[in-house]
Amino acid sequence: MDPVITLDDVGLTYPGPPPVRALYGVELEVQRGEYVGVVGPSGSGKSTFLNVVGLLDRPTHGTYLLDGVDVSTISERDRTALRGQRIGFVFQAFHLMPYRNAVENVALATLYAGVRRKARLAAARDALDRVGLAHRAHALTNMLSGGERQRVAIARAILHRPSLLLCDEPTGNLDSDNAAAVLTLLDQLHRDGMTIMVITHDSTVAARAERLVTIRDGALC
Amino acid sequence: MLGTMLGVGSFVAVLGLTASAGGQIDKRFTEIAATEVTVADIGVVGAADKAMSFPGDASDRVEAINGVVHAGRWWQVPLEDPTVSSALGLDSDSGDIQILAMDPSTIDATRPVLGLGRTFDAFHVGRHEKVALLGSVAAANLGITRLDGNPAVFIDGTPFTVLGIVDSNARMPELLFGVVIPAETALDLYGPPTEQRAGMLIETRVGAASVVADQVPLALRPNAPDLFQVTAAPEPKALQTKVGGDLDVLFLALASISLVIGAIGIANTTLVAVLERTHEIGLRRSLGAQPRHIAVQFLSESTVLGLLGGMIGAAVGIVVVVIAAVVQGWTPLLQTWAVAPAPAVGALIGLLAGAYPALRAARIEPVEALRR
Ligand SMILES: Nc1ncnc2c1ncn2[C@@H]1O[C@H](COP(=O)(O)OP(=O)(O)OP(=O)(O)O)[C@@H](O)[C@H]1O
Ligand SMILES: [Mg+2]
Repeated sequence: MDPVITLDDVGLTYPGPPPVRALYGVELEVQRGEYVGVVGPSGSGKSTFLNVVGLLDRPTHGTYLLDGVDVSTISERDRTALRGQRIGFVFQAFHLMPYRNAVENVALATLYAGVRRKARLAAARDALDRVGLAHRAHALTNMLSGGERQRVAIARAILHRPSLLLCDEPTGNLDSDNAAAVLTLLDQLHRDGMTIMVITHDSTVAARAERLVTIRDGALC
Repeated sequence: MLGTMLGVGSFVAVLGLTASAGGQIDKRFTEIAATEVTVADIGVVGAADKAMSFPGDASDRVEAINGVVHAGRWWQVPLEDPTVSSALGLDSDSGDIQILAMDPSTIDATRPVLGLGRTFDAFHVGRHEKVALLGSVAAANLGITRLDGNPAVFIDGTPFTVLGIVDSNARMPELLFGVVIPAETALDLYGPPTEQRAGMLIETRVGAASVVADQVPLALRPNAPDLFQVTAAPEPKALQTKVGGDLDVLFLALASISLVIGAIGIANTTLVAVLERTHEIGLRRSLGAQPRHIAVQFLSESTVLGLLGGMIGAAVGIVVVVIAAVVQGWTPLLQTWAVAPAPAVGALIGLLAGAYPALRAARIEPVEALRR
């Protein structure tokens, strides 16, 4: 067994006032290469969970091991650096830079790791090839369709070969055809060995995962 | 960027205009001052009887010196409370009117601008005629505005025919308040000056003032040159720096205000950019950007804005100065120290103006920034 994520009694209480116990008693282990879907009703704590797992927020309780490293106690600075190296984010709103072309958007992923520009651009072209967008490499992202934009975002998320691909409602802004293309791409990445966690309230998206986790009122069940 | 552009632009323009205008003033000052030599009759202690040390042909003697354009004596006519009026018996309020005695060439040396008539010449002097020249202020006080009908002024009842009215002159502003009569006539009627001794005004060619000054006493009285004290032009450089300095302080203050406005403009632009690009900041943080990376990004953007503003502003400023100078007929003068560092000044202002927005950007929490 090779766990990527190990959560032990993890909780997060927003200080408020009034304090909100958004997450508590979370026990979860995700093995390398797993494809996990996280579902739950609105307000159940999905975004809070994503923020903790994605190192965007620090749990107020419990321990979190990422690749065996305890990240619940490390400094803000190290957490930021580790986030850049180990996590790949895919957002519902894509978050691409509108006046840059696809390669430049993808190449941004390793800018803060100090990789030289030439190497970044070369790797970005390979990543675009993996998501089937090699022919759109030099298009400005605001000229791309929604599905293409999300595939560019996925290329950016996998550029640095992260330990975990973390997707937050990846098809939320897409029509069904484009959504299907993105889900097919995720399946393909999974087959190639990528560890994937998709947070969604869409059952067809959740159905593609090999394992489902449900959050209700801040607790896993 | 528009803000800095205007700021730096007005900075350069203001400095350039100041320099050009200042240069213009300097030029005038320099030209008048550098061609003026004055001689004072200091007499000899214990020789009060010789009330006038200048010889009768003083004017000719000095004008014979190489480099002298005009030279002549002048003094205040020794009359106690003279009455000056424009008609006999009409004792007008003439307390302020001075009566000056001058050689014709003294008047020329002041560079007079005659409003009406003409000055007196060797003919009037030779015949010891009772003629007078009025300063414009004195003429107005006396109510003399026209010369047709040969008006006269009466000095203690003695009539003097008015030959002309002096509107302005370059060297002796007090002349405008006075009545000027020929030196020979004054000596005849009122004798040599007493308490206020005579002086001499010399106009030289440019650059000749100090050489002329050295020769004047001997030319006047080869046997007693010590009777005269000669003053050549005041040091023109000193005068220039003083006048220039006063103006520069004022305009530098104005220019600094425009720079502050420019800085506020950049700060505002950058702050708006930070708020508009919250998502981008969140994304970059999710990709591993540390707060300092975000700060540096916005700082460099505002610095580039400032740099561009500085360069465009300097160019605009130069154009404004050149156009203004051409319109005014001045020589455009631009100090290198005002133009050369303009881009650097702009960049520095951009950097300073970007500090607060950059700090704000660096403090944005990634979780907040990525929230939809
Ligand atoms: N910054 C915060 N401060 C206080 N309470 C918060 C904060 N963020 C979220 N909450 C609360 O924590 C609970 C969980 O919120 P969360 O955003 O994780 O839910 P969610 O499952 O993502 O909901 P949705 O599906 O609507 O996005 C909610 O009750 C929410 O109101
Ligand atoms: Mg949510």
